[in-house]
Amino acid sequence: MNFDDTPQEAEFRSQARAWIAANAPTQYEEELRKSSLGRTQLKNADILEVAKAWQKKKADAGWACLHWPKEYGGRGSSPIERVIWQQEEGPFGKLSHMFIIGHGMCGPTMMAFAREEHKRKYLPPLASGEKVWCQLFSEPAGGSDVAGLRTRAEKDGDEWVINGQKIWTSGAHYSDYGILLTRTDPTVPKHKGLTMFFLDMKSPGVEVRPIKQASGASDFNEVYFTNVRIPDHQRLGEVNDGWNVSLTTLMNERMSIGAGVATGFPELFDYCSGLMLEDGPAIENAAVRSKLANWAVKASGLKYTSMRAISALSKGERPGPENSIGKLVAGSMIQDVAAYALDLQGAGVISGSEDAEVAGRFQAMLLRAPGTRVEGGTDEIMRNIIAERVLGLPGDIRVDKDVPFNKIPTKGR
Amino acid sequence: MNFDFSDDQKQLRDQARKFLTEKCSPKAVRVVLDGKAPYDSELWKGLADMGFLGVAIPEEFGGAGAGHLELCVIAEEMGRANAPVPFSSTVYLAAEALLIAGSDAQKKKWLPAIASGEAIGTLALFEGKGNPSPKSIKVAASNGVLNGVKKPVADGAIADFAVVAARTGTSGRDSDISLFLVDLRGGGVEVKNLTNLDPTRGQAEITFKDCKAEPLGAPGEGWSILTQVLDRAAVLCAFEQVGGADRALEMGRDYALDRIAFGRQIGSFQAVKHMLADMYVSATLARSNSYYGAWALSTDAAELPEAAAAARISATQAFQHCAKNNIQVHGGMGFTWEFDCHMYYRRANAMALGLGSLTYWEDQLIDRMRKKNAA
Repeated sequence: MNFDDTPQEAEFRSQARAWIAANAPTQYEEELRKSSLGRTQLKNADILEVAKAWQKKKADAGWACLHWPKEYGGRGSSPIERVIWQQEEGPFGKLSHMFIIGHGMCGPTMMAFAREEHKRKYLPPLASGEKVWCQLFSEPAGGSDVAGLRTRAEKDGDEWVINGQKIWTSGAHYSDYGILLTRTDPTVPKHKGLTMFFLDMKSPGVEVRPIKQASGASDFNEVYFTNVRIPDHQRLGEVNDGWNVSLTTLMNERMSIGAGVATGFPELFDYCSGLMLEDGPAIENAAVRSKLANWAVKASGLKYTSMRAISALSKGERPGPENSIGKLVAGSMIQDVAAYALDLQGAGVISGSEDAEVAGRFQAMLLRAPGTRVEGGTDEIMRNIIAERVLGLPGDIRVDKDVPFNKIPTKGR
Repeated sequence: MNFDFSDDQKQLRDQARKFLTEKCSPKAVRVVLDGKAPYDSELWKGLADMGFLGVAIPEEFGGAGAGHLELCVIAEEMGRANAPVPFSSTVYLAAEALLIAGSDAQKKKWLPAIASGEAIGTLALFEGKGNPSPKSIKVAASNGVLNGVKKPVADGAIADFAVVAARTGTSGRDSDISLFLVDLRGGGVEVKNLTNLDPTRGQAEITFKDCKAEPLGAPGEGWSILTQVLDRAAVLCAFEQVGGADRALEMGRDYALDRIAFGRQIGSFQAVKHMLADMYVSATLARSNSYYGAWALSTDAAELPEAAAAARISATQAFQHCAKNNIQVHGGMGFTWEFDCHMYYRRANAMALGLGSLTYWEDQLIDRMRKKNAA
């Protein structure tokens, strides 16, 4: 048991560190360091442009999408090198937020199912951040129940005609391409009639409408498809095999471990360490200490769980469903932490105060955090995954499993 | 980075699990639970023969000289099996105090006897209600004799010797406290068994009346040694708690698969599934915190105080959470004497207090985190 790098890892780390020190946009370092969930914005710059520039710089020097093959714009690195990179990249990694879906999910799906000429054409500009991708899965009728989606794809000669609506699509408003899951056969049970495509988001008939969130920001969108035409060669996988293709996408999501999941705890501990309450320093208040200690062990438990996963990864094991616990624990924790930070500050911070810098930070966290518990699978889905795939408990009873999709009721009452 | 136990250590764990599955069935635990024996002496002898009692004791003192990581994997199995033996009192508390502060002669006298199973040891720290604190210690030592009452003392009724924390000064500082070694089979010692939450590991009241005692460690160093002993024991107990939590989760899972209600396995109901998933989550967080504690313990790292407190809190919570919800999964059955659930529930709640309460360790953790941040 040790935390030391092997000589090769140490060599890689020092190269990465040196390159980052010489090339990172350090003028934004402090601002990025202070940003927390819900508040990754730059005051005097367009974060999209800064992020794209940083990604391009990395790509040109061979530091983008480290684990991808070189011919697709990556570096061919080992999983552990990717983790070391993330550790060294530190706050600058927050700039990669807009590429997460493209790099973590769309890219690997393209690698597994696209034609070779498409891979060579589309993957390098995805790796370098010149093109941004989104993932068009969720629908009003199919969020956690992804396979319940209704967007139709109908064959017309060498093309498919798409009609329907997607929702909760992160970054669709600045994406160039997307991977799209559609229904191609409504007469068979729901998992058996799906097909996956990729498409140009500028195609005629694609309309993106940003959704204003509870926080006031708009990270997600509704996307409408009206007679959008996609050539058949942009199909990913076989017709009606889209469910299996989407599983590959979702499995890849789990590989994105190591970056460290946001819990809000470091921010809270830091804040409480300096805060004066009416009867003395917050950190010396028994109730505050007890709260902090409870969150401290959750945060450290997650950190070391992730380190155990990294160790397993470096031995060639694949991350399993047990890694669902990060999002499950952190999601509700960050909500509670933000609410508690505001509680400590009292009524004054409802409207902002001389403490606005700190209050604003936790207010943003509070309003963004509910999303964490929903996106990429709700807490309830995460618990099902742990119960079924880790503990081996029976699957939920699925009354629609063997029913043709077009015979499934669409309304509760 | 290799944040995992080695293959050899995992092999040792398998060996310990196999041994304990055979020699420490719930039926065997119940012999002690029902008061028919103060501890399982057969099992104790067997543990000595397997080399488990002295696994972290150096070879020159009769141990296996393996190390603390090895002791951690055995501790986890002791917790899984709910072993009714004075393992934590003897191996984590008494032996560790000797290893930290014992003179060569003291180590030579007691450590080989611990490793071979001939001597049971304990730590006499508490004096009634309250958490570890120099102020709470009233038992006084002067001219090599002790006077006063200690309770509860883990396994005090079966122990051959005790490490006793006693007052040797009146300055009001930590340096008022010194440690002593007492042969409990000698004179001046009165032992009374106490009823307790977890009868599979006894608790006693020990009265010292002009009892002869030899110093352990330098005078005035008692509190500083105790802090180190408690930190080490916190990590080792955390592994027992993780083992217990894991076993309670497993029992709940197995029952949820077996039991049919409303025409379905109860494990197919989301309410039950999600409860078990949450048990898994708490056990996993505790395991990861404990692994970090094990790393700090085995490398004698500066991070040990903070890591030990985190492991302690996390593992205490996980064992309590899993033991409690294991009963809930079992429904009415879980609440009966004949099902084994209550044995883990008792152990979880007794262990939650044995080294000081959760509140105490929460306080410790925040102090230690502050100290680190200030440095």
